[in-house]
Amino acid sequence: MADYKMHILVCGGTGCRASQSDKIVETFKTELEMHGLDDEVKVVATGCFGFCEKGPIVKIIPDNTFYVQAGVVDVKDIVEEHIIKGRPLKRLLYHDPATKSQVTDTAHIDFYKKQVRIALRNCGFINPENIEEYIARDGYAALGSVLEMKPSEATQMVKDSGLRGRGGGGFPTGLKWEITAKEKSDQKYVVCNADEGDPGAFMDRSILEGDPHSVIEAMAICGYCIGAGKGLVYIRAEYPLAINRLKIALNQAREFGLLGNDILGSGFDFDIDIRYGAGAFVCGEETALIHSMEGYRGEPTVKPPFPSVSGYLGKPTNVNNVETFANIPVIFNKGVEWFKSIGTENSRGTKVFALAGKVNNVGLIEVPMGITLREVIFDIGGGIRGGKKFKAVQTGGPSGGCLTEQHLDTPIDYDNLIAVGSMMGSGGMIVMDEDDCMVSIAKFYLEFTLDESCGKCTPCRIGNKRLHEILVKITSGNGIEEDIERLRVLGNVIKETSLCGLGQTSPNPVLSTLDNFYDEYLAHVNDKKCPAGQCKDLVHYEINANACTGCTLCFRNCPVGAISGEKKMPHYIDQSLCIKCGVCFEKCRFKAISIV
Amino acid sequence: MPKVKLSEYATNTVKEVCASFNNSEGELINVLHQVQQKLGYLPAEVQELVAKELNMSAAKVYGVVTFYSFFTMVPQGENPISICMGTACYVRGAEQVLDEFKRQLKIEVGETTTDGKFSLSALRCVGACGLAPVVMVGEKVHGRVAPTDVRKIISECKDGCLT
Ligand SMILES: Cc1cc2nc3c(=O)[nH]c(=O)nc-3n(C[C@H](O)[C@H](O)[C@H](O)COP(=O)(O)O)c2cc1C
Ligand code: SF4
Ligand code: FES
Repeated sequence: MADYKMHILVCGGTGCRASQSDKIVETFKTELEMHGLDDEVKVVATGCFGFCEKGPIVKIIPDNTFYVQAGVVDVKDIVEEHIIKGRPLKRLLYHDPATKSQVTDTAHIDFYKKQVRIALRNCGFINPENIEEYIARDGYAALGSVLEMKPSEATQMVKDSGLRGRGGGGFPTGLKWEITAKEKSDQKYVVCNADEGDPGAFMDRSILEGDPHSVIEAMAICGYCIGAGKGLVYIRAEYPLAINRLKIALNQAREFGLLGNDILGSGFDFDIDIRYGAGAFVCGEETALIHSMEGYRGEPTVKPPFPSVSGYLGKPTNVNNVETFANIPVIFNKGVEWFKSIGTENSRGTKVFALAGKVNNVGLIEVPMGITLREVIFDIGGGIRGGKKFKAVQTGGPSGGCLTEQHLDTPIDYDNLIAVGSMMGSGGMIVMDEDDCMVSIAKFYLEFTLDESCGKCTPCRIGNKRLHEILVKITSGNGIEEDIERLRVLGNVIKETSLCGLGQTSPNPVLSTLDNFYDEYLAHVNDKKCPAGQCKDLVHYEINANACTGCTLCFRNCPVGAISGEKKMPHYIDQSLCIKCGVCFEKCRFKAISIV
Repeated sequence: MPKVKLSEYATNTVKEVCASFNNSEGELINVLHQVQQKLGYLPAEVQELVAKELNMSAAKVYGVVTFYSFFTMVPQGENPISICMGTACYVRGAEQVLDEFKRQLKIEVGETTTDGKFSLSALRCVGACGLAPVVMVGEKVHGRVAPTDVRKIISECKDGCLT
């Protein structure tokens, strides 16, 4: 970033683009041109800054001013006030809800204070479509140094770093490389798993969107270590932005001689192709993924043989997750000891989470292992929205579990999360508040599993259907107490007898909510009540005549005309017309409507 | 399902795409991606032709098409509406939004209105969880959608159609 006096970084991640950040970039360019500043100030569309809640984000370098919720209309003012006159635009600064003051840079924003960025080191700093910016931040230096080592030496460093797979399983990465390296074969493959099927998670996609070269570099390093000449990235066709940036990055890497034949004059040949997924969660499972890449239905097969022995086209194949790869170059650049200094004894380094749900600061975060859930949710996430009460946090997506208040001080690492009945998963973290019904949440995840089960084995295909039926019965008010026990028994059978990881973990959301929210199940079954007021069949809406001012707001918003009443007189709901959409409840400013 | 004869355009498209992948069976998924991108959907007749071109059974092609949720056998509406049903959107009320779309358009998920104007689908995490609940109409993302916004979104599309 040499010649320019100033840089304007605009978030070009999926979230901010949804709020028109690409138009902001364009408008900055025209505005700068108009002032004849386009030689001095450069506009860069970066990857995700992480603070999606407050997007679109605009950051000015070198003074590090951090603007939130910027719009196309603000561009002119930023250029005229900040860029030209050097005065930060107060109205776009982040407003700290705790101190009630304005904060100018990320170092002083609570959302960023406890984060440590390794995998996301370049997201929000560089233009992902420009390889030179990656190189300027030590990019491809690790590949250069690895090519001067023996493959076994480099593999040993990955082993020593203690890096474990970030795709969910947590298998030691260096060990996996070593096993694949030991296989003898004329061809081996390096596969990057970018399927990211967890609904409500966007970590891997954001890394590919924000820093594709870090994954490419790591795949080449892996190829060298295990003796593979070919890499494949398996990515969903639904992620057009990530695919596009990856393609650009691959071409640039080839132009720079960092992929292709005789990389950096070392005699090592390696190139990478893209394979497209088509929206099937089970294809994230490595054997299913390999079948899908071969053009078949993505159905898992029994392991062993593991892919490292017999994978793509029957050849030894090393499958790693996007985030796992993104860590690799840093381990070589900063050293094994440095990496080991972060995190806990058995879980080194950091983990990226997509923090979402009922927290104030939804976004993409990277935290050192060992941080507590409380720090993540309350310090980084800024607590629960609308001053509501925290109820649960779900990690591990459809394979994971719901944790409660009592787990908030558990340090996050692979083993601790499993010990308390959840799992790390790939990094989805969904926070729930008092308005969320845990039986419904369990049902929601099971609906997902039902959609996504490949149907190959019976426990998962039929067992989950039965589980779901019982949950429907309970949430519609027809459950009996024995149903709860049946959920537990059936859930455990499915776990023990399913063929692949999907079925083996699919009852977890049910089992963990049973453990932690047993009373809520009981209330549904015995009292026919949904304590959170979410299960439509168990609640109805009522207007309290004493509190109703007759403002007519509910009357005007009810989509089915179920509310009637004179102006300034109490209103009333016709239960036979009401569809229980809850709009009146949300709209009422006088708390006159209650869920009973 | 009544058989329709494929248009010459469709037939040529399928043949060209298959040829560009050397009519190789292993490229089936890539072929289907490109054909769907060009024709919008993958009806039975298209699948049969793909099978013939790649020299494999139509049952295998059908097996793959139905396995992956990205592939569709029905044409999309002029305004394909997708409601994100990822977890983040779900806990912020996506289901109520979906219900309201179903009610107003009088169709279920996976269906298209009889006038061909709207189709409804559910997808999982658009990657804009900060804007939850999220609704996509074509490429356009609507964030923080409440059930009361549904009418406006639909009528915006209708206005768009007229011009
Ligand atoms: C049902 C299921 C879905 C999975 N989905 C993913 C996924 O989306 N992304 C991923 O990296 N790994 C996923 N995995 C884990 C992979 O099978 C595999 O362990 C991982 O890609 C290995 O990489 P790692 O060691 O770097 O984590 C999934 C596993 C199962 C059983
Ligand atoms: S457990 Fe489920 S997803 Fe896995 S093989 Fe069996 S049916 Fe398929
Ligand atoms: S869950 Fe809807 S955008 Fe992520």
